[in-house]
Amino acid sequence: MTEQAVLEVNFPVKGGDFAQAGDVSTKLKRVLQQLGLETSLVRRIVIAACEAELNIVIHAYSGSLKARVSPDKVEVWAEDEGPGIADVELAMQEGYTTAPDHVRALGFGAGLGLPNIKKNSDFMEIETTLGKGTTLYLRFDHEQQVR
Amino acid sequence: MTTYFHSVRLDESKCRGCTNCIKTCPTEAIRVRDGIAVIDSNRCIDCGQCIKVCPNRAKSAFTDERSAMDGFRYRVALPAPSFFAQFRSDIEPGRVIAALRHAGFTHVYEVGYAARAVARAIASYVESSEGPFPIISTSCPVVVRLIQVRFPDLLKNVVPLEAPMEVAAYLARAEVMAETGCSDEEIGVFFLTPCPAKVTAVHQPVGQNKSRVNGAFSIADIYPEVFHLLEKVDEVDPVRSGPVGLNWARAGGESEDVNLDEYLAIDGLDNIIALFEEVELGRLRNLKFIEAQSCPGGCVGGILTVENPFIAKVRLGRLARTLPDVEFDMSSLPAEELRIRQDLSPRPILSLDDDFSEAVRKMSEIDRLMELLPMLDCGACGAPNCRALAEDIVRGQAQLKDCIVTLRQQSQEDHPSGNEPEDSVTLKEEKKR
Repeated sequence: MTEQAVLEVNFPVKGGDFAQAGDVSTKLKRVLQQLGLETSLVRRIVIAACEAELNIVIHAYSGSLKARVSPDKVEVWAEDEGPGIADVELAMQEGYTTAPDHVRALGFGAGLGLPNIKKNSDFMEIETTLGKGTTLYLRFDHEQQVR
Repeated sequence: MTTYFHSVRLDESKCRGCTNCIKTCPTEAIRVRDGIAVIDSNRCIDCGQCIKVCPNRAKSAFTDERSAMDGFRYRVALPAPSFFAQFRSDIEPGRVIAALRHAGFTHVYEVGYAARAVARAIASYVESSEGPFPIISTSCPVVVRLIQVRFPDLLKNVVPLEAPMEVAAYLARAEVMAETGCSDEEIGVFFLTPCPAKVTAVHQPVGQNKSRVNGAFSIADIYPEVFHLLEKVDEVDPVRSGPVGLNWARAGGESEDVNLDEYLAIDGLDNIIALFEEVELGRLRNLKFIEAQSCPGGCVGGILTVENPFIAKVRLGRLARTLPDVEFDMSSLPAEELRIRQDLSPRPILSLDDDFSEAVRKMSEIDRLMELLPMLDCGACGAPNCRALAEDIVRGQAQLKDCIVTLRQQSQEDHPSGNEPEDSVTLKEEKKR
C-alpha cells in the first residue's frame, strides 16, 4: 500500500484584529488552488473557513485555522481560546448573535456565521468549554475523485 | 494548448533586465531570465502595467497600422468615450466626430452610445438574476482576463453580455448597411483604443470566436492627425452618446448609467484584486453589481491616451454639460446581439500539478524552500518575490542558486575565515573611501 499524500497547514488567527480578518482564509484558498482542487470545492471551504476565522476574530482572544488536505477530503479545524459558546443549539440559529454592538457596527456578527458554515460543509462538529474556548471541526468531501 | 495573442510586447534590445516590471505585474507573468524579461503568455492579461513602469521603454503595446483600413469600401471609426476627453474642453465632441470623417473614415459610431444599450441590458440582467452576486461587468477586458486567470470561481458572476465596443461594431455595421445597401464584408470597423487590452479583445476576443471589429488604433497614434484636422474642419456632427454615455470614460460612469442601488464602482488593479479576494470569501453577498476598471480613474487612465487622466476627467464633466441627453432606442438592437456567445473559460495558472500527490509534494517542497529563502522579495533572482521563486523552482523553471542572497550566505558559510574573495572586494571598497 502506498502512502497517501496529505498536506497540512496551520495559520494563527488573532482575536479582535478586524483589519486582517479574512487574510488567513485567503492564504488557505491559495494553497487549495495550488493543489488543483476543483473550484466549487475550494469555494465551499473558503466561505466556511472565512466565517470560522471571523468567529475567532469577533469572539475569541486567539486561535488558529488548521487544514489537512487528503485525496478524498479536506478537514479544517478552527481552534480558539475564548469564552466558549453557552448554547450551541441557539448559536446555530440564523440571526442569533452574541457579537457586541461595536462589532456589529462594522458589519460583522450578523448571526449567520455558524449556519453558513454548516451549509457549506459536509460535516461539522463543535466542541466548546465555557471560559476556555471552542474547536470547530469541518469536513469537506471531494466532489470528484482526485488522481 | 491555446496560444494567446497579446498586445503587450517586449523589445529585447531595450530591456536591461531590471526588476520594475516583474514587481508590478498583477499575475506574476514576468520573469527576468538571462538578463532579459520574459512574459508568460498564459498569465499575461494585457493590463499594460509593465509598459507604464518600464524605465527603458522596452515594453510597448501592439496596435494596428492605419493600412488595416485599406481595401474596405466603408471605414467606420468607433471612438471610445475617453477619446473626446483628449481635446480641450472648448472642442465639442461633434467637431471631433466631423474631424474623424476627414481622417480616412467614412462613418463614425460612438461607443458611448452603444454603451447606453449595454447599461440597459446589464440593469435588466441584474434585476432578474438569481445570482451568484455580486454580478461583475465585462466592460474592462483586463478585468475579464484577470478573473479567468486568478479568480476562476468568479466567472459565474460575470455578466454574460458583450462590452460596448462589440455592440457598437454590430450597430455601426447595421447602420452602414442600411444606409448604403452594401454588404457586411465591405465594411471595416476600427476602434480608437485607450488601452492595449482592447487591442487584444479585438484580435482574440473571449466569449466569441471573432470580433466584429477589424482593428484597433491607439488614441495616441491618431490624436495628432485629428488635432490638426480640427483647425481646418468647422463642421459639427450630431452627438449621440449624451452626457451619460460620455461618462463611461471615467470610473463610476458605467454604474451611473446602469443605475442600480447596491453597486460598487472600483478602479485600479490592486483595489480590484483585493475586492475580488473578498468576494471569493463570500463576504459581499449583499452587493448586486461591480463595475471594475483596471486603469486608475477608468478608461481616461489608459496608457494609450495622451492627456493626463485627471485633466481628462474634469473635461468629461465640462463636455457632458454641453451634450443633449439621448436615450438609446433598444428596438434597433436584437437582444441576442448583446449576449456573449460562448461561456467564459477559466485559464487557471495556480495549480502546481494535475496530479494531487505530486501537487502535495511540490507544495511541501515550496514550504521547505521558503525556509531557506531570505524573504526580502528583492526580485534579483528574476522572480517577483521569494514565494514566486520557490514556485518556479518546484516547477523546474529556476534553481535555488538564482537567489543571490542565499548564494552569498552560502559562500560566507563555506569560507568563514574572512580572507576569501568576497571579503577582499569589501576591503578594497573600504580603502577607496
